[in-house]
Amino acid sequence: MADNLLYFTELLSMPVVDLKGRRIGRVKDAAMVPLVHASRIDRLLVGGTDAWLAIRFDQVRAISLAKGIELSEEVLVPYHDDEYLLRIARDLLDQQIIDVTGRKVVRVNDITMGIQHDGVRDTLNVLEVDIGVRSILRRVFQGILPPAWIRRLQRYIPPNSISWEFANVVEPDPLRRLRLNISYAKLEQMHPADLADIVEELGPAEREAIFGTIDSESAADALSEVENPKMQVSILESLEPEKAADIVEEMAPDEAADLLSELEEETSEEILDEMDSAPKTEVRELLEFREDTAGGMMNTEYVSLHDAATVTDALSAFKGNEDLLENLNTLFLVDGEERLSAAIPLARLFIARGNARLKELASDTLIQVTVDEKQDRVTELFDKYNLLTLPVVDEDGKLAGVITADDVISVLRQK
Amino acid sequence: MRELIKRFRYHLAVFFAVVGPGFITAVVDNDSGGIFTYSAAGARYGYLPLWTLLPITVVLIITQEMCSRMGAVTGKGLSDLIREEFGLRITFLLMGVLVLANMTNVMAEFAGVASSLELFHISRYISVPLAAFAVWFLVVKGSYQSVEKIFLFACVFYVTYVISGFLVKPDWKEAALYSVKPVLLLEPGYIYMLIGMVGTTIAPWMQFYLQAAVVEKGVTAKEYKKSRIEVIVGCFMTSVIAFFIIVACAGAIYSVRPRDIQDASEAALGLKPFGEYAFLLFSAGLFNASIFAACILPLSTAYSVCEGLGFEAGVNKRLKDAPIFYSLYTLLIVVGAGVILIPKFPLVQMILLSQVLNGILLPFVLIFMLLLINKVGLMGEWVNSRTFNLISWATVVIMIGLTLALVGITVRGMH
Repeated sequence: MADNLLYFTELLSMPVVDLKGRRIGRVKDAAMVPLVHASRIDRLLVGGTDAWLAIRFDQVRAISLAKGIELSEEVLVPYHDDEYLLRIARDLLDQQIIDVTGRKVVRVNDITMGIQHDGVRDTLNVLEVDIGVRSILRRVFQGILPPAWIRRLQRYIPPNSISWEFANVVEPDPLRRLRLNISYAKLEQMHPADLADIVEELGPAEREAIFGTIDSESAADALSEVENPKMQVSILESLEPEKAADIVEEMAPDEAADLLSELEEETSEEILDEMDSAPKTEVRELLEFREDTAGGMMNTEYVSLHDAATVTDALSAFKGNEDLLENLNTLFLVDGEERLSAAIPLARLFIARGNARLKELASDTLIQVTVDEKQDRVTELFDKYNLLTLPVVDEDGKLAGVITADDVISVLRQK
Repeated sequence: MRELIKRFRYHLAVFFAVVGPGFITAVVDNDSGGIFTYSAAGARYGYLPLWTLLPITVVLIITQEMCSRMGAVTGKGLSDLIREEFGLRITFLLMGVLVLANMTNVMAEFAGVASSLELFHISRYISVPLAAFAVWFLVVKGSYQSVEKIFLFACVFYVTYVISGFLVKPDWKEAALYSVKPVLLLEPGYIYMLIGMVGTTIAPWMQFYLQAAVVEKGVTAKEYKKSRIEVIVGCFMTSVIAFFIIVACAGAIYSVRPRDIQDASEAALGLKPFGEYAFLLFSAGLFNASIFAACILPLSTAYSVCEGLGFEAGVNKRLKDAPIFYSLYTLLIVVGAGVILIPKFPLVQMILLSQVLNGILLPFVLIFMLLLINKVGLMGEWVNSRTFNLISWATVVIMIGLTLALVGITVRGMH
């Protein structure tokens, strides 16, 4: 099995021999054409006397560590840079790629390839991207010690590689991304918090590329998980206003407002202009509040019903608001003038009869704050009364929004 | 008017969001070794060497500015960029020398901790293990944000040198005069001192630390102008502190009897006749500087090495996720502090060795920096201008010359 493996460090500077057994040069680089085949080494670039030659995979008869590359054809063409080529030494080695299964950014030390014999010719396929100490050893001693020695030495070090299938190359240039058939679809499947960790490790250009390409919902989720507010801002600023608006629309209104308030006014206006009218109004309203007040912390995603409503009414109200259910744990009642009158823990609905009045299920004391209440006071209330949600009312006592425990946690973590 | 205030507040907020890296790096330049160099200069030659502070400031600004610009624009650390552009083997060699050089630097810092606290009659067998543990604990258990706050706070303590400078009541007229009047004495001791002062101004680790810190802070190209102000202010601050160290030693030691001092604690003792406070402040300053640098050096080394070689790194990572980072960090502290406790350990030779290693490393680091910062593919519109290139290449050539001269003198002295 091990005989069928070839490391890129070994392929580099391997001699290339023509039909008559004459050495025509050494391998300088190898390239894939991802649009044609996802893992096959399609060209070997050989440096001979002056210009580099490109050898197609079907011009190779045999590949072995002992004899090098043996060709099956005489006619070789000079190498021209081709934008559809992913060159290993130039584009992959020493660059950062995303390990989709391990959910982290890694740097490529070496590439493990498999030699496939099919009777007619030997073909190389990229199997793994090598990271870790073992591949560092190969790189450091490449060309200094004979490959056989290096193979023997490295046995004492455990391998550390990721399968090529789960390696995602990062390419900031959109045109080149198309030509190299690179997609970020795999990243959309990741947990947003993991994706956020990954983009935090990348440079600004790569970050922008990822947020610009993945779907707005995944982008919004990941963006709210990015811990450094400055980085959130710079990501949003780097995107086209339409794309930024799409992402902001997908975010919870309070988070969107927090984020937009950090931007320069001109930029945030541009983004707001591109947004749909419903989320835009909500976000605009929230933007009016100072960040360190209850108004700045709250979001406007809540369910409120009229005073006289029954449990059945509540259930049908939920049916119209499925997207809110995931984070809902309190229900609010308002009177005829939309003033907050009661808060009902959701769990109480389960044990109540369908025709029971919601009012009877309400918590004994109604704890609420006004929009201009200080942030510190809000966190204090959460702690004192062990709250999960806290309703926020405006100066007339009308329900304006809700602060949830996760808002408080973010505030506390930033201190 | 309101618009104007709003703008001002925005810019002020952005400025405070970038403060940290430049300031810390410049101030840590005055570590225990730096303080000794300046004290020795003041004790032996009085106010004469003050004029070198101006060129020192310029050299600092030019090199630091480039690193912070690269960090802000590329979002990548210096060792990352060296790896991507110059390959693994060069990075590996560079990092190997960096670890050795910084290891000896760490020893020097812990020696500073020991000798400064011995002035307060605290045995090194108590002070060094405690300091080492505190340093280790701070970073392993802290987050980057909290660590940076502590570092910035430590910068404030350098004011002790300013106060002790005043307490000594030096000859301000002479100090002012020689700050702008270059004096060249043709005696070997004086020339050696000048080379030492300027030659040790920039150490390789500073470049790595600064750029990594700028990246970690998330400074973007847009905010970079503020970052540059921070770097420049930081460099001036450093020279102001150096000025007061020289002046204090000139006033206290040189004016009584010019002599050579063996280490910085001897300078502190020299201040004793001028009042207990001058002595106490000078010693406390030495302790602060030593422990501050002892915090930063191992951290910065572990960071650069792991970044360059592609291992996971960062104080925000858990031990399990970044084993090499934490092992290297711990090793540097344990060895650096441990050797101070070994009786008859050849510390002076070690510090000289570190100077030699730094001197070997610096030309590579500076030349790589200049090559990197002129790559359009990397820096875009932020590459060096032609004038700036002229100045920076000249600076680099002079610095390399001075550093190599220092290495020459040191190696000759070592026999």
